[in-house]
Amino acid sequence: MRYIEPHGHMVSRTTDDYQAMVMAGCAAVCEPAFWAGYDRKNAHGFYDYFLQLTEYEPRRAKKYHLPHYTWLCINPKESEDTKLADDVIALIPDLLSKPNVLGIGEIGLNKNSRNELLILEKHLQLAADHDQLVLVHTPHLEDKLKGTRLILDAIQNFSTLRPERVIIDHVEEHTAPLVLDRGFWAGITLYPESKATPHRAIDMLELYGHEHIWLNSACDWGHSDPLAVPRTALEMRRRGYDANFIDQILYQNPLQFLSQNPRFKV
Amino acid sequence: MPSLPDLQFIAARASLLDVAAFLDRVQRHGQQDDYRLAALREAIPLLLSDDPHRVRRILESLSDSTLEPIPAATIQGAFGAPRKQP
Repeated sequence: MRYIEPHGHMVSRTTDDYQAMVMAGCAAVCEPAFWAGYDRKNAHGFYDYFLQLTEYEPRRAKKYHLPHYTWLCINPKESEDTKLADDVIALIPDLLSKPNVLGIGEIGLNKNSRNELLILEKHLQLAADHDQLVLVHTPHLEDKLKGTRLILDAIQNFSTLRPERVIIDHVEEHTAPLVLDRGFWAGITLYPESKATPHRAIDMLELYGHEHIWLNSACDWGHSDPLAVPRTALEMRRRGYDANFIDQILYQNPLQFLSQNPRFKV
Repeated sequence: MPSLPDLQFIAARASLLDVAAFLDRVQRHGQQDDYRLAALREAIPLLLSDDPHRVRRILESLSDSTLEPIPAATIQGAFGAPRKQP
């Protein structure tokens, strides 16, 4: 079996996880910029983090023959401080030429505040100005439905951002149809408690179709599983899906989206 | 499609028992007035509906239904159910 992990925060995982993922069939991993679990105090902290994502982490992954790609942004949890966010966004254009950068992400909303929305719009402008792919985080739990609606409206105010170049991640049953009906890609995140379980992810494929959807573990320093994608493949087999179907969902679909950036190679 | 009850009934049974045990536990310790428990009590009847989109309806029931951005984010976390304004 082969699969692409399109969303994994590998800076917070061990090298044992890299080994396990490769042994399970992982062909490439993509790492969006995210919240470190604490608020960084200034843009220097983000610059170091961006170097970790674009220089150090690809070298670590390469030891296990795993191509590593990344996305850059300041995440919505740190967007309430708009001065900090502006300083961080100003760092990004010079880093877009790094060979493993795929686009702008994971941008989005967290608590659906005015400042978060303002910084989301600035990221979208950045993506539009530099013709970048976009990866969007949708909020957690009770905030997801409202945040998803606000995000979709914000993106559609940027006429040059084509929906097929934008993936809206962490969809669940109440947001997946909203995303797919407007022509965006949808990401289903497999988490032990929040977001989706393997069973529910497969249900969503049955309900909402299996085009323009990818599955990811979004593994990070919290309660998450770097092997959630191959575990879901096993559940697909138990439910009677064949190897071609599984390959389509877990390998061909992310390959189709990510290959819109010619840097992405597996 | 193989028999889904054969594959998944035991897990679903365990999940249902976990919900029941949680409600018993909260009641036993006098914590049933929490707003999240009220949200859960509103959502549980949706399980008994014939609507083939029960998960979606429950997620909608546990969502903030307002439309406007909030003035400022004063916290970063989420709690699983909206705290309704009095």
